[in-house]
Amino acid sequence: MNKKTSLGNRLVASPYLLWSVLFIVAPMFFVIYYSFTNSAGAFTFENITELAKYTDTFLRSIWFGVLATIICLVLAYPIAYIIAQTSSNAQRTLVALVMLPMWMNFLIRTYSWMAILQDTGIINTFLNKIGIGTIRMINTPGAVILGMVYNFLPFMILPLYSVMAKLDKSVIEAAQDLGGNRLDVVRKVILPLSMPGIASGLTMVFVPSVSTFYISQKLGGGSFDLIGDVIERQFQQSYNYNLGASISLVLMVLILFSMAFLTKFTTEGEGMVI
Amino acid sequence: MKKILSIMLALCVFTVPLLLVSAQTDVETLRGSTLTVYNWGEYISDGSDGSLNVNKEFETRYGIKVVYDTFENNEVMYSKIKGGGVNYDVLIPSDYMIERMISEKMLQKLDFANIPNDKYIDSKYKGLPYDPQDEYSVPYSVGMIGLIYNTKKVLDAPTSWTALWDKRYKKEILMINNPRDAFAIAHAVLGISYNTTVDADWKAGAEKLKEQKAFVQSYVNDEVFNKMESGESALAPYYAGDFLTMQENNPDLAFVYPSEGVNAFVDAMCIPTSAQNKAAAELYINFMQSPEIALANAEYIYYASPNTAVLANEDYSLKDNEVIYPDNASTLKTEIFSNLPPATLKLMSSLWDEVKTYEGKAITEENVEEDNSATESKTGLSSNTKTIIGLGAFVGVAAIYLIYRTVQKKKRENV
Repeated sequence: MNKKTSLGNRLVASPYLLWSVLFIVAPMFFVIYYSFTNSAGAFTFENITELAKYTDTFLRSIWFGVLATIICLVLAYPIAYIIAQTSSNAQRTLVALVMLPMWMNFLIRTYSWMAILQDTGIINTFLNKIGIGTIRMINTPGAVILGMVYNFLPFMILPLYSVMAKLDKSVIEAAQDLGGNRLDVVRKVILPLSMPGIASGLTMVFVPSVSTFYISQKLGGGSFDLIGDVIERQFQQSYNYNLGASISLVLMVLILFSMAFLTKFTTEGEGMVI
Repeated sequence: MKKILSIMLALCVFTVPLLLVSAQTDVETLRGSTLTVYNWGEYISDGSDGSLNVNKEFETRYGIKVVYDTFENNEVMYSKIKGGGVNYDVLIPSDYMIERMISEKMLQKLDFANIPNDKYIDSKYKGLPYDPQDEYSVPYSVGMIGLIYNTKKVLDAPTSWTALWDKRYKKEILMINNPRDAFAIAHAVLGISYNTTVDADWKAGAEKLKEQKAFVQSYVNDEVFNKMESGESALAPYYAGDFLTMQENNPDLAFVYPSEGVNAFVDAMCIPTSAQNKAAAELYINFMQSPEIALANAEYIYYASPNTAVLANEDYSLKDNEVIYPDNASTLKTEIFSNLPPATLKLMSSLWDEVKTYEGKAITEENVEEDNSATESKTGLSSNTKTIIGLGAFVGVAAIYLIYRTVQKKKRENV
């Protein structure tokens, strides 16, 4: 019987297995292969040692990614909680509203931010009209982080919401009955119970933020190159697959570490949602 | 009189197709096949604004389906072709890239018997260094890069590339986001050939570009249109033809060929070795240089035409345009890019990465205020400290939480 189900399982899993071999395992193999070879195909560590040059860029990417992730968490947590408290009809509408911007292409949305933020843009035109004058917003680190927060906020709200919607109201009531004030309830009941959502949210925002390249080019004016920009340039402009692959490899290892770290401290055996 | 005219017309209608058929008997066999074309963006008359849709015209005339793709610069095009997996029949890269592709055996020789319209190409554009025997390419369009500026923002008309290093226009300067063109401007200022293979020259160019970074508002490709037209930026190096497009939307814009010299380029049509439909590709190249099609393209893209039939045509509205056909063309210092050896290319990419990731004087809000005399080490350190603080905070929060968690757990266990 056992054997039978396992055969069935295998059959069901096979399309995904094939998919992952073709589009995850094989590309990973290529990334590793290119990382340790030169353009002639000979083994070398040169690509890895060359990376020292990009330390600042790596650090900047991580710094921007961390900032964007923290801002997303701070913004998303109350929103998710509020959505979870509403009636189920309202919940559906609100979740749809959170998703709404994602129906439009990411590149177009980012490009529009350029028109909003620039010196002759919508905000500054308005500020000039009311006499405040132009405030320089585009081509600053703030604009890049804003772009990240704007684009990745739904990835934080959704896992938080899905955890909070499942939260048992009676647990909160019990805490209140036992004399916990509001802060106690949030700190000792809601926060620990929503930890799996926080963990997935952090990962889902941090990973794309660290590796993004379009946002920094359009909103940072190319003056704040992130590691994603460097990778893109190696493949698109310089035709240096080897260096591009080695940067990607190091980035992947970094992300893997931060994910392992996150899972370790947020969910002890509880597992993440999504 | 009328009768004669109509007879003549009728004759024309009948004989022209006959002539075409007799000249190229194999055209019919191509009917129903597909031709893939890879060209720069916004670089063909595409039917918008009442212009002639050149690709559609080709399709109806020959019954060959045209699949048309665009690229944003030569390097992107090269990477795509070199990477494999795609097949194009016609490519329209620039001079130095053609030279590189010839040297890497990525292009095939053209059969000029199938491209009789090559006779219209101005002799100025024959035998150029990138294709000395004229075996691989037929010029499509030519031009020069120059300096575009907004007369509302830049009061004294610039004559030199050094305007792009002018403190007064800090954060209103756009720079071209492409290493080859960016280095060429730095080299022009330094009085070095764009095609230098001396490492020190490239390093000097990189230093010059780093120095400029504090003044640069943004590194741009196509965004230059939006930013110059809206008045967001004061100065930008870009192509003469594109300036005319921008000027239509913002009459305050002006254009100059800087005195240090400019890069002149020739974009030419060629056929890659991986082409699937060479016969149709040659037909297309010939078609593109036929006088009326070349005229439609020249009118639409605003770049200078290498086609003598276009230049001689009375209807050509840009014939006397001083921007694309400057009067002082002979005194203008121009240099065409040539292909750089692999070691120099590698150095250039690496230096360009350095320029782009350089933040010694990067424009953060603080050091714009405090004049740009801030030293490299100072700001470099501050950014590092920021990062360390950020990472430290992250790790700290994590550690505190872990401890908190274990303590809670212990407590619970004790209870």
